[in-house]
Amino acid sequence: MKYERFRKTIGVTLLLLIGGLTACQHPPTSEPDASLYSALGERTGIESIVEDLLYLIVEDERIAFQFKGIDVAHFHKQLSDQICDLSGGPCEYTGREMRESHSAMAVTETQFNALTENLILAMEQNGITTGAQNRLLALLAPLHKAVRGL
Amino acid sequence: MTLLNRILGATLILTFLGTPVATASPGSRIWATGGVTTIEGSAGGGLVPWAMLSGYASDQEWGGTLALSRAEVDDFTVSFTGATVNWRNRLEVSAGRQTLDLDTLGAALGEDELSQDIFGLKARLGGDVLYSRYGQWSAGLQHKRNRTFTIPEAIGARDDSGTDVYLSGSKLFFAALFDRNLLANITVRGTRANQGGLLGFGGDRNDRYEAQVESSLGIFIDRHWLVGAEYRQKPDNLGFAKEDDWWDVFIAWVPDRRLAITAAWVNLGDIAGLEDQQGAYLSLQGSF
Repeated sequence: MKYERFRKTIGVTLLLLIGGLTACQHPPTSEPDASLYSALGERTGIESIVEDLLYLIVEDERIAFQFKGIDVAHFHKQLSDQICDLSGGPCEYTGREMRESHSAMAVTETQFNALTENLILAMEQNGITTGAQNRLLALLAPLHKAVRGL
Repeated sequence: MTLLNRILGATLILTFLGTPVATASPGSRIWATGGVTTIEGSAGGGLVPWAMLSGYASDQEWGGTLALSRAEVDDFTVSFTGATVNWRNRLEVSAGRQTLDLDTLGAALGEDELSQDIFGLKARLGGDVLYSRYGQWSAGLQHKRNRTFTIPEAIGARDDSGTDVYLSGSKLFFAALFDRNLLANITVRGTRANQGGLLGFGGDRNDRYEAQVESSLGIFIDRHWLVGAEYRQKPDNLGFAKEDDWWDVFIAWVPDRRLAITAAWVNLGDIAGLEDQQGAYLSLQGSF
Protein backbone atom coordinates (compact mmCIF):
# COMPACT_ATOMS: atom_id res chain seq x y z
CA MET A 1 0.00 0.00 0.00
CA LYS A 2 1.78 3.10 -1.23
CA TYR A 3 0.11 5.42 1.28
CA GLU A 4 0.85 3.23 4.26
CA ARG A 5 4.27 4.74 4.84
CA PHE A 6 2.95 8.27 4.28
CA ARG A 7 0.17 7.73 6.82
CA LYS A 8 2.53 6.41 9.44
CA THR A 9 4.95 9.25 8.80
CA ILE A 10 2.25 11.88 9.32
CA GLY A 11 1.08 10.21 12.50
CA VAL A 12 4.54 9.91 13.96
CA THR A 13 5.38 13.50 12.97
CA LEU A 14 2.31 14.82 14.73
CA LEU A 15 3.08 12.86 17.86
CA LEU A 16 6.70 14.00 17.90
CA LEU A 17 5.72 17.63 17.37
CA ILE A 18 3.23 17.51 20.20
CA GLY A 19 5.69 15.73 22.45
CA GLY A 20 8.44 18.16 21.53
CA LEU A 21 6.28 21.22 22.13
CA THR A 22 5.12 19.96 25.48
CA ALA A 23 8.68 19.28 26.54
CA CYS A 24 10.16 22.60 25.42
CA GLN A 25 7.54 24.96 26.77
CA HIS A 26 9.66 25.67 29.85
CA PRO A 27 11.05 28.10 30.65
CA PRO A 28 8.07 30.03 29.26
CA THR A 29 9.87 33.16 28.21
CA SER A 30 13.39 34.37 28.46
CA GLU A 31 14.22 38.07 28.75
CA PRO A 32 11.81 39.90 26.40
CA ASP A 33 13.53 41.93 23.73
CA ALA A 34 12.35 45.41 22.81
CA SER A 35 11.09 44.37 19.36
CA LEU A 36 7.64 43.64 20.81
CA TYR A 37 7.60 47.06 22.50
CA SER A 38 8.35 48.60 19.12
CA ALA A 39 5.71 46.44 17.33
CA LEU A 40 3.10 47.71 19.80
CA GLY A 41 3.92 51.30 18.81
CA GLU A 42 6.08 52.03 21.86
CA ARG A 43 4.67 54.04 24.77
CA THR A 44 2.24 56.07 22.60
CA GLY A 45 0.92 52.99 20.85
CA ILE A 46 0.46 51.09 24.11
CA GLU A 47 -1.37 54.03 25.70
CA SER A 48 -3.70 54.17 22.72
CA ILE A 49 -4.41 50.40 22.96
CA VAL A 50 -5.16 50.69 26.68
CA GLU A 51 -7.44 53.69 26.08
CA ASP A 52 -9.44 51.74 23.48
CA LEU A 53 -9.50 48.76 25.84
CA LEU A 54 -11.06 50.95 28.54
CA TYR A 55 -13.78 52.14 26.13
CA LEU A 56 -14.54 48.50 25.24
CA ILE A 57 -14.67 47.50 28.93
CA VAL A 58 -17.15 50.26 29.78
CA GLU A 59 -19.44 49.04 26.98
CA ASP A 60 -19.17 45.39 28.03
CA GLU A 61 -21.85 44.36 30.52
CA ARG A 62 -19.93 41.19 31.40
CA ILE A 63 -17.14 43.15 33.08
CA ALA A 64 -17.97 46.87 33.24
CA PHE A 65 -19.20 46.56 36.85
CA GLN A 66 -15.81 45.22 37.96
CA PHE A 67 -14.24 48.54 36.98
CA LYS A 68 -16.86 50.82 38.54
CA GLY A 69 -15.44 53.60 40.67
CA ILE A 70 -11.80 53.11 39.65
CA ASP A 71 -9.49 56.06 39.10
CA VAL A 72 -9.44 55.81 35.29
CA ALA A 73 -6.30 57.92 34.76
CA HIS A 74 -4.38 55.92 37.36
CA PHE A 75 -5.58 52.59 35.95
CA HIS A 76 -4.65 53.68 32.42
CA LYS A 77 -1.14 54.58 33.55
CA GLN A 78 -0.65 51.39 35.56
CA LEU A 79 -1.79 49.08 32.76
CA SER A 80 0.24 50.98 30.15
CA ASP A 81 3.30 50.71 32.44
CA GLN A 82 2.73 47.01 32.85
CA ILE A 83 2.39 46.26 29.13
CA CYS A 84 5.34 48.55 28.35
CA ASP A 85 7.43 46.73 30.98
CA LEU A 86 6.35 43.23 29.84
CA SER A 87 7.02 43.98 26.17
CA GLY A 88 10.59 45.04 26.87
CA GLY A 89 10.06 48.81 26.91
CA PRO A 90 11.83 51.33 29.16
CA CYS A 91 9.14 51.38 31.85
CA GLU A 92 8.77 49.86 35.26
CA TYR A 93 5.47 48.56 36.52
CA THR A 94 5.22 49.70 40.15
CA GLY A 95 1.65 48.54 40.85
CA ARG A 96 0.55 45.72 43.08
CA GLU A 97 1.02 42.03 42.34
CA MET A 98 -1.73 40.57 40.14
CA ARG A 99 -2.98 38.19 42.83
CA GLU A 100 -3.25 40.95 45.40
CA SER A 101 -4.89 43.54 43.14
CA HIS A 102 -7.58 41.08 41.98
CA SER A 103 -8.20 39.26 45.24
CA ALA A 104 -11.44 41.07 46.12
CA MET A 105 -12.85 40.88 42.58
CA ALA A 106 -13.60 37.13 42.35
CA VAL A 107 -12.85 37.21 38.64
CA THR A 108 -14.72 34.45 36.77
CA GLU A 109 -13.48 32.64 33.68
CA THR A 110 -16.20 34.40 31.66
CA GLN A 111 -14.87 37.79 32.83
CA PHE A 112 -11.26 36.83 32.14
CA ASN A 113 -12.23 35.76 28.62
CA ALA A 114 -14.16 38.99 28.11
CA LEU A 115 -11.08 41.03 29.02
CA THR A 116 -8.87 38.95 26.71
CA GLU A 117 -11.37 39.46 23.89
CA ASN A 118 -11.47 43.22 24.46
CA LEU A 119 -7.68 43.44 24.54
CA ILE A 120 -7.46 41.60 21.20
CA LEU A 121 -10.11 43.92 19.73
CA ALA A 122 -8.28 46.98 21.05
CA MET A 123 -5.04 45.76 19.46
CA GLU A 124 -6.86 45.16 16.18
CA GLN A 125 -8.33 48.67 16.31
CA ASN A 126 -4.77 49.97 16.61
CA GLY A 127 -3.50 47.96 13.65
CA ILE A 128 -1.20 45.73 15.71
CA THR A 129 -0.01 42.74 13.63
CA THR A 130 -1.23 39.24 14.44
CA GLY A 131 2.31 38.23 15.36
CA ALA A 132 2.77 41.06 17.87
CA GLN A 133 -0.71 40.40 19.33
CA ASN A 134 0.23 36.75 19.86
CA ARG A 135 3.54 37.65 21.49
CA LEU A 136 1.84 39.97 23.97
CA LEU A 137 -0.83 37.36 24.72
CA ALA A 138 1.95 34.82 25.35
CA LEU A 139 3.29 37.13 28.08
CA LEU A 140 -0.13 37.83 29.60
CA ALA A 141 -1.61 34.30 29.56
CA PRO A 142 0.55 33.12 32.50
CA LEU A 143 -1.10 35.83 34.67
CA HIS A 144 -4.42 33.97 34.41
CA LYS A 145 -3.91 31.95 37.57
CA ALA A 146 -3.12 34.96 39.75
CA VAL A 147 -5.88 37.16 38.31
CA ARG A 148 -8.44 34.42 38.90
CA GLY A 149 -7.03 33.66 42.32
CA LEU A 150 -6.50 29.98 41.47
CA MET B 1 -24.21 19.07 -7.52
CA THR B 2 -25.65 17.34 -4.49
CA LEU B 3 -22.87 18.43 -2.14
CA LEU B 4 -23.30 22.08 -3.03
CA ASN B 5 -27.09 21.81 -2.75
CA ARG B 6 -26.84 20.28 0.67
CA ILE B 7 -24.39 22.85 1.91
CA LEU B 8 -26.55 25.69 0.60
CA GLY B 9 -29.59 24.13 2.22
CA ALA B 10 -27.70 23.75 5.46
CA THR B 11 -26.57 27.36 5.34
CA LEU B 12 -30.19 28.45 5.03
CA ILE B 13 -31.21 26.24 7.94
CA LEU B 14 -28.40 27.54 10.13
CA THR B 15 -29.12 31.14 9.14
CA PHE B 16 -32.76 30.61 10.01
CA LEU B 17 -31.93 28.96 13.33
CA GLY B 18 -29.45 31.71 14.05
CA THR B 19 -31.91 34.54 13.49
CA PRO B 20 -33.83 34.49 16.79
CA VAL B 21 -30.63 34.67 18.80
CA ALA B 22 -28.75 36.93 16.43
CA THR B 23 -28.44 39.62 19.07
CA ALA B 24 -27.15 37.29 21.77
CA SER B 25 -23.50 36.24 21.67
CA PRO B 26 -22.94 32.46 21.68
CA GLY B 27 -20.60 32.79 24.67
CA SER B 28 -17.43 34.37 25.97
CA ARG B 29 -14.66 31.94 25.08
CA ILE B 30 -12.17 33.29 22.56
CA TRP B 31 -12.90 32.84 18.87
CA ALA B 32 -12.36 29.35 17.42
CA THR B 33 -11.55 27.79 20.81
CA GLY B 34 -14.62 25.54 20.53
CA GLY B 35 -13.11 23.82 17.54
CA VAL B 36 -15.56 22.33 15.09
CA THR B 37 -17.75 19.21 15.18
CA THR B 38 -16.18 15.84 14.43
CA ILE B 39 -17.93 13.24 12.26
CA GLU B 40 -18.93 11.61 15.57
CA GLY B 41 -20.46 14.74 17.06
CA SER B 42 -17.93 15.69 19.74
CA ALA B 43 -16.12 19.02 19.54
CA GLY B 44 -12.73 18.70 17.91
CA GLY B 45 -11.37 18.66 14.43
CA GLY B 46 -12.95 16.62 11.67
CA LEU B 47 -11.87 13.12 12.74
CA VAL B 48 -10.33 13.60 16.19
CA PRO B 49 -12.05 14.88 19.35
CA TRP B 50 -10.23 17.66 21.21
CA ALA B 51 -10.23 18.50 24.92
CA MET B 52 -12.18 21.70 24.28
CA LEU B 53 -15.93 21.59 24.78
CA SER B 54 -18.27 22.65 21.98
CA GLY B 55 -19.29 26.20 21.22
CA TYR B 56 -18.28 29.19 23.31
CA ALA B 57 -19.89 28.84 26.74
CA SER B 58 -17.60 29.93 29.57
CA ASP B 59 -18.07 29.22 33.28
CA GLN B 60 -21.22 31.34 33.72
CA GLU B 61 -22.84 30.44 30.41
CA TRP B 62 -24.33 27.66 28.35
CA GLY B 63 -24.40 27.22 24.61
CA GLY B 64 -24.09 24.67 21.88
CA THR B 65 -23.71 23.86 18.23
CA LEU B 66 -25.51 22.42 15.23
CA ALA B 67 -23.42 20.77 12.57
CA LEU B 68 -23.54 19.10 9.18
CA SER B 69 -20.53 17.30 7.70
CA ARG B 70 -19.93 15.31 4.58
CA ALA B 71 -16.94 13.45 3.18
CA GLU B 72 -17.13 12.14 -0.37
CA VAL B 73 -14.38 9.57 -0.83
CA ASP B 74 -13.89 7.39 -3.92
CA ASP B 75 -16.48 4.70 -3.29
CA PHE B 76 -18.37 5.96 -0.23
CA THR B 77 -19.92 9.07 1.27
CA VAL B 78 -19.75 9.62 5.02
CA SER B 79 -22.09 12.21 6.46
CA PHE B 80 -23.00 13.41 9.91
CA THR B 81 -25.75 15.61 11.32
CA GLY B 82 -25.77 16.47 14.98
CA ALA B 83 -26.14 18.88 17.83
CA THR B 84 -24.30 19.59 21.08
CA VAL B 85 -25.01 21.46 24.28
CA ASN B 86 -22.27 22.83 26.50
CA TRP B 87 -23.02 23.56 30.15
CA ARG B 88 -20.66 26.08 31.71
CA ASN B 89 -17.67 24.80 29.81
CA ARG B 90 -17.77 21.78 32.11
CA LEU B 91 -19.95 19.24 30.32
CA GLU B 92 -20.68 18.68 26.66
CA VAL B 93 -23.61 16.51 25.55
CA SER B 94 -23.87 15.55 21.90
CA ALA B 95 -26.22 13.54 19.71
CA GLY B 96 -26.21 12.86 16.02
CA ARG B 97 -26.60 10.45 13.16
CA GLN B 98 -23.80 9.20 10.96
CA THR B 99 -24.37 7.50 7.62
CA LEU B 100 -22.14 5.72 5.16
CA ASP B 101 -23.61 5.77 1.66
CA LEU B 102 -22.50 2.62 -0.17
CA ASP B 103 -22.15 4.40 -3.49
CA THR B 104 -20.25 1.62 -5.26
CA LEU B 105 -21.17 -1.47 -3.23
CA GLY B 106 -24.86 -0.59 -2.82
CA ALA B 107 -26.27 -2.54 -5.77
CA ALA B 108 -24.27 -5.69 -5.00
CA LEU B 109 -25.22 -5.66 -1.31
CA GLY B 110 -28.84 -4.68 -1.84
CA GLU B 111 -28.52 -1.88 0.68
CA ASP B 112 -28.00 1.85 0.09
CA GLU B 113 -26.42 2.89 3.34
CA LEU B 114 -25.19 1.94 6.78
CA SER B 115 -25.99 4.26 9.63
CA GLN B 116 -25.63 4.69 13.36
CA ASP B 117 -26.75 7.04 16.10
CA ILE B 118 -24.02 8.47 18.33
CA PHE B 119 -24.59 9.91 21.80
CA GLY B 120 -21.62 11.63 23.39
CA LEU B 121 -20.59 13.05 26.74
CA LYS B 122 -17.42 15.00 27.40
CA ALA B 123 -16.35 16.47 30.73
CA ARG B 124 -13.59 19.00 31.18
CA LEU B 125 -11.43 17.58 33.93
CA GLY B 126 -9.27 20.65 34.32
CA GLY B 127 -7.17 23.36 32.80
CA ASP B 128 -7.78 25.75 29.98
CA VAL B 129 -6.52 25.37 26.43
CA LEU B 130 -5.31 28.99 26.29
CA TYR B 131 -4.29 29.89 29.80
CA SER B 132 -3.06 26.77 31.60
CA ARG B 133 0.57 25.76 31.51
CA TYR B 134 -0.32 22.12 30.97
CA GLY B 135 -3.30 22.80 28.70
CA GLN B 136 -6.82 21.47 29.01
CA TRP B 137 -7.79 17.88 29.74
CA SER B 138 -11.12 16.19 29.17
CA ALA B 139 -12.59 12.70 29.32
CA GLY B 140 -15.42 11.56 27.11
CA LEU B 141 -17.47 8.70 25.79
CA GLN B 142 -19.33 8.04 22.57
CA HIS B 143 -22.14 5.51 22.68
CA LYS B 144 -22.88 4.24 19.18
CA ARG B 145 -25.89 2.23 18.03
CA ASN B 146 -26.10 0.72 14.56
CA ARG B 147 -29.40 1.30 12.81
CA THR B 148 -28.69 -1.39 10.21
CA PHE B 149 -26.74 -4.45 11.30
CA THR B 150 -27.29 -6.97 8.46
CA ILE B 151 -24.08 -6.14 6.63
CA PRO B 152 -21.83 -5.66 9.68
CA GLU B 153 -23.08 -8.99 11.07
CA ALA B 154 -22.49 -10.75 7.74
CA ILE B 155 -18.85 -9.63 7.67
CA GLY B 156 -18.15 -10.77 11.21
CA ALA B 157 -18.95 -7.89 13.58
CA ARG B 158 -19.93 -9.16 17.03
CA ASP B 159 -22.18 -6.38 18.30
CA ASP B 160 -24.50 -3.72 16.91
CA SER B 161 -23.62 -1.19 19.61
CA GLY B 162 -20.54 -0.07 21.47
CA THR B 163 -19.12 2.67 23.61
CA ASP B 164 -15.81 4.40 22.95
CA VAL B 165 -14.08 6.08 25.88
CA TYR B 166 -11.35 8.67 25.48
CA LEU B 167 -9.02 11.07 27.22
CA SER B 168 -8.01 14.26 25.40
CA GLY B 169 -5.43 16.95 26.02
CA SER B 170 -5.28 20.24 24.09
CA LYS B 171 -3.02 23.24 24.37
CA LEU B 172 -2.56 26.43 22.43
CA PHE B 173 1.02 27.68 22.25
CA PHE B 174 0.97 31.45 21.73
CA ALA B 175 3.34 32.80 19.10
CA ALA B 176 4.98 29.39 18.77
CA LEU B 177 5.78 29.32 15.06
CA PHE B 178 6.50 32.49 13.05
CA ASP B 179 4.67 34.31 15.86
CA ARG B 180 1.55 32.30 15.05
CA ASN B 181 -0.45 30.36 17.63
CA LEU B 182 -0.16 26.59 17.47
CA LEU B 183 -2.90 24.24 18.66
CA ALA B 184 -1.86 20.72 19.65
CA ASN B 185 -4.20 17.89 20.58
CA ILE B 186 -3.72 14.35 21.67
CA THR B 187 -6.44 11.79 22.33
CA VAL B 188 -6.26 8.21 23.52
CA ARG B 189 -9.37 6.20 22.75
CA GLY B 190 -10.45 2.79 23.93
CA THR B 191 -12.66 1.21 21.27
CA ARG B 192 -14.00 -1.97 19.69
CA ALA B 193 -15.53 -0.10 16.75
CA ASN B 194 -14.97 -1.20 13.14
CA GLN B 195 -14.63 1.83 10.83
CA GLY B 196 -15.78 4.03 13.70
CA GLY B 197 -18.71 1.70 14.37
CA LEU B 198 -20.33 1.86 10.93
CA LEU B 199 -19.25 -1.77 10.44
CA GLY B 200 -20.30 -2.82 13.93
CA PHE B 201 -18.21 -3.58 17.01
CA GLY B 202 -15.68 -6.33 17.67
CA GLY B 203 -14.84 -9.04 15.19
CA ASP B 204 -13.32 -12.41 14.44
CA ARG B 205 -9.72 -11.15 14.59
CA ASN B 206 -10.15 -9.15 17.78
CA ASP B 207 -13.13 -8.62 20.06
CA ARG B 208 -11.57 -6.62 22.87
CA TYR B 209 -11.11 -2.93 23.60
CA GLU B 210 -7.90 -1.55 22.16
CA ALA B 211 -6.19 1.77 22.90
CA GLN B 212 -5.78 3.97 19.84
CA VAL B 213 -3.84 7.23 19.63
CA GLU B 214 -5.25 10.20 17.74
CA SER B 215 -3.69 13.59 17.32
CA SER B 216 -3.98 16.83 15.47
CA LEU B 217 -1.94 19.94 15.04
CA GLY B 218 -3.14 23.25 13.68
CA ILE B 219 -1.77 26.71 13.23
CA PHE B 220 -3.83 29.89 13.40
CA ILE B 221 -2.94 32.11 10.44
CA ASP B 222 -4.97 34.74 12.30
CA ARG B 223 -7.96 34.43 14.60
CA HIS B 224 -10.27 33.51 11.69
CA TRP B 225 -8.21 30.86 9.91
CA LEU B 226 -6.83 27.56 11.21
CA VAL B 227 -4.92 25.09 9.02
CA GLY B 228 -3.66 21.74 10.17
CA ALA B 229 -3.56 17.98 9.97
CA GLU B 230 -5.05 15.09 11.90
CA TYR B 231 -4.16 11.46 12.35
CA ARG B 232 -6.33 8.74 13.85
CA GLN B 233 -5.15 5.25 14.63
CA LYS B 234 -7.78 2.53 14.18
CA PRO B 235 -8.22 -1.07 15.23
CA ASP B 236 -8.36 -3.89 12.68
CA ASN B 237 -10.88 -6.39 14.06
CA LEU B 238 -12.42 -7.96 10.99
CA GLY B 239 -10.77 -10.77 9.01
CA PHE B 240 -12.78 -10.09 5.86
CA ALA B 241 -11.04 -6.81 5.02
CA LYS B 242 -8.16 -4.75 6.35
CA GLU B 243 -8.94 -1.51 8.22
CA ASP B 244 -6.55 1.46 7.95
CA ASP B 245 -5.75 4.51 10.04
CA TRP B 246 -7.35 7.79 8.98
CA TRP B 247 -5.75 11.16 8.32
CA ASP B 248 -6.66 14.51 6.89
CA VAL B 249 -5.38 18.00 6.22
CA PHE B 250 -7.84 20.80 6.91
CA ILE B 251 -8.53 24.50 6.76
CA ALA B 252 -11.18 26.05 8.96
CA TRP B 253 -12.70 29.49 8.62
CA VAL B 254 -14.30 31.06 11.68
CA PRO B 255 -15.69 34.45 10.58
CA ASP B 256 -17.24 34.97 14.01
CA ARG B 257 -18.48 32.85 16.91
CA ARG B 258 -21.72 31.89 15.16
CA LEU B 259 -20.26 30.12 12.16
CA ALA B 260 -17.41 27.78 11.29
CA ILE B 261 -16.76 26.24 7.89
CA THR B 262 -14.17 23.49 7.50
CA ALA B 263 -12.80 22.02 4.30
CA ALA B 264 -10.45 19.06 4.32
CA TRP B 265 -8.84 16.37 2.27
CA VAL B 266 -9.43 13.07 4.03
CA ASN B 267 -7.84 9.68 3.55
CA LEU B 268 -9.85 6.87 5.12
CA GLY B 269 -7.62 4.13 3.71
CA ASP B 270 -9.16 0.80 2.73
CA ILE B 271 -12.83 0.33 3.56
CA ALA B 272 -14.56 -3.03 3.11
CA GLY B 273 -11.98 -4.18 0.60
CA LEU B 274 -12.12 -1.05 -1.56
CA GLU B 275 -8.66 0.47 -1.49
CA ASP B 276 -7.36 3.89 -0.61
CA GLN B 277 -10.55 5.89 -0.05
CA GLN B 278 -9.77 9.59 -0.38
CA GLY B 279 -11.82 12.68 -1.00
CA ALA B 280 -13.04 16.10 -0.01
CA TYR B 281 -14.69 16.89 3.30
CA LEU B 282 -16.86 19.87 4.06
CA SER B 283 -18.39 20.77 7.39
CA LEU B 284 -20.65 23.56 8.54
CA GLN B 285 -21.19 24.48 12.17
CA GLY B 286 -23.44 27.05 13.75
CA SER B 287 -23.06 28.02 17.43
CA PHE B 288 -25.70 29.41 19.74
